[in-house]
Amino acid sequence: MSTPLLTVDDLHIALAGDKTTYGAVEKVSFEIGRGEAFGLVGESGCGKSITALAIMGLLRRPLSLSGGRIVLDGEEIQDASAAEMRRLRGKRIAMIFQEPMTALNPLSPVGRQIAEMFVLHQGASWNEAMDRAEDALRQVRVPSPERRIRDYPHQLSGGMRQRVMIAIALACGPELLIADEPTTALDVTVQAEIIDLMAELCAAKGTAILMISHDLGLVANMCRRVAVMYAGRIVESQVAGAIFATPRHPYTQGLVDSLPRLGERSRRGQQRLREISGVVPSIAAYPGGCRFNPRCPAVTDICRSTAPDITPLPADGLVRCHHHG
Amino acid sequence: MAEPLLKLDDLAVHFTVGGALRGGTKILKAVDGVSLDVKPGECLGLVGESGCGKSTLALAIMGLIPPTHGGIALNGQAISGRDRMATARTVQMVFQDPYASLNPRQTVRRTLADPLRLHGVTNRSEVDQRVADMMAKVGLRPDHADRYPHEFSGGQRQRIGIARALILRPKLVICDEPVSALDVSIRAQIINLLDLKEEMGLSYIMISHDLGVVEHVSDRVAVMYLGRIVEQGGWQEIFEDPRHPYTRALIAAIPDPFHLVAASATAKARGEIASALNPPPGCHFNPRCPMKADRCVSEVPTLEAVAAGHRAACHFRDRVG
Repeated sequence: MSTPLLTVDDLHIALAGDKTTYGAVEKVSFEIGRGEAFGLVGESGCGKSITALAIMGLLRRPLSLSGGRIVLDGEEIQDASAAEMRRLRGKRIAMIFQEPMTALNPLSPVGRQIAEMFVLHQGASWNEAMDRAEDALRQVRVPSPERRIRDYPHQLSGGMRQRVMIAIALACGPELLIADEPTTALDVTVQAEIIDLMAELCAAKGTAILMISHDLGLVANMCRRVAVMYAGRIVESQVAGAIFATPRHPYTQGLVDSLPRLGERSRRGQQRLREISGVVPSIAAYPGGCRFNPRCPAVTDICRSTAPDITPLPADGLVRCHHHG
Repeated sequence: MAEPLLKLDDLAVHFTVGGALRGGTKILKAVDGVSLDVKPGECLGLVGESGCGKSTLALAIMGLIPPTHGGIALNGQAISGRDRMATARTVQMVFQDPYASLNPRQTVRRTLADPLRLHGVTNRSEVDQRVADMMAKVGLRPDHADRYPHEFSGGQRQRIGIARALILRPKLVICDEPVSALDVSIRAQIINLLDLKEEMGLSYIMISHDLGVVEHVSDRVAVMYLGRIVEQGGWQEIFEDPRHPYTRALIAAIPDPFHLVAASATAKARGEIASALNPPPGCHFNPRCPMKADRCVSEVPTLEAVAAGHRAACHFRDRVG
């Protein structure tokens, strides 16, 4: 196999508290191949978004990288200087955020915000860049781009703003697009359109996607492989189909079972949903051993004392559980 | 047939927006001619995207927004003529955001006891007993009654919100997106709490954009688009034989992790929901509809029966499907 586009190896991110330092992300490793769509799933606070920020070189106090390597196309970037990262961001790695209103500059017309990419990264003149920005808007299917180019973000709907974000992110043809909950703020029918658009444009340009979401269904539909995070660690990683058909970690099994599935009621009648008991632990009170142990139906003594190691699964999968089924 | 618990008759809620300085006033028709009923013991799912008017409809039923015209009747009695307190004893609401909907300066006990006192339960030990019973019922520890909302997790706070809605033993509970602000691993716990329906003889209106949840809990489903009901029927008819293209688009938009195939492109809607200030003429859905014809622009489709108890507002309701 050729070298992967992105390798994240044993990533640790520290969160500095008043007195102590917490491990917000620990031992996170994954690889994304060229043009591959990879999904990172987890609940709020599990560390998925700060993993993305670490890849972008955007961690700021109180968060800091405390170990591990981030390798982009054979080149280690975890210690790159701010200037080097600025050249990388937008050009080779781009990111789309959850809330397009706060990610766009409210005081600048959207065309200018797209054109800026061509000026900064490719040395284009502003005139040329504005023409290319119009093309970019057309590609993300914004109607009448020649007029929209002069609009400010507040004049656009949520879905249109997210299209502008995609146009900015893909302007310089990056090798990797990181999408952090790109459709969570949007309506369901608009979400479907945006996801289709992202997948289509990335496939056409050979851009790899790191898709971050709390929505297992969305990620599994879009991505080839999916990793599930819980309390700062990856607990399971499998190809998308397998993670639903044969989830191996009790947390993943719990998530899959607790989703009310469309069509389930007519097949099996109205049944009580399977619950995952308890609550997500806060970072200051992560339990010892396996972090899922207080909520796990299969917990034994070893789960409380020892953090489980990785067990490899077929097709580059892994599970981190003492009793993986 | 049993008398409906709630009956909405051509209900409309219009807002006036803008002013002389902003280029004249406009009428925003948030709810535009909705007729619905909820029978005792029934759960009605109300589906639609943001801005379609579903929350305004809920507030109107609660008596918190006066309707522009049309009627709301509880147990056959118009709420405009009813005592506000009597309405509160019949209808209660669970809100979306368990962080914003609880008073941070009130303990759980006070949050649950105040409605009881207001409604005439003044005996101290009876109040305490009913508070403790209700907390146990929704899965909270009664000895946590003197804690404040910030001491609870999101899921527990939503349990407090549910307890507050149920403490007066209402007949109808309106749940407005009760799980969408919660962590995914917590949602099933809260949805399962709705089982209290049988025990307490409740009816629900379940407002949600999550079709998986709606299918799971509803007996009947109404789909709303820009202030109007576009389709309503039994849950099975809505999910297995949807007749309005918007209902089909909503169903097609749900990523189904168990069948990793793309939904048929023809079912998906194009574009975005129009502004309620300036809705498209004719059928409001026509600019996004894959089946649009001239008639859809010129003529407003009315809700017509497709089968017993199943109605759709589409000129081509017999062709869809």
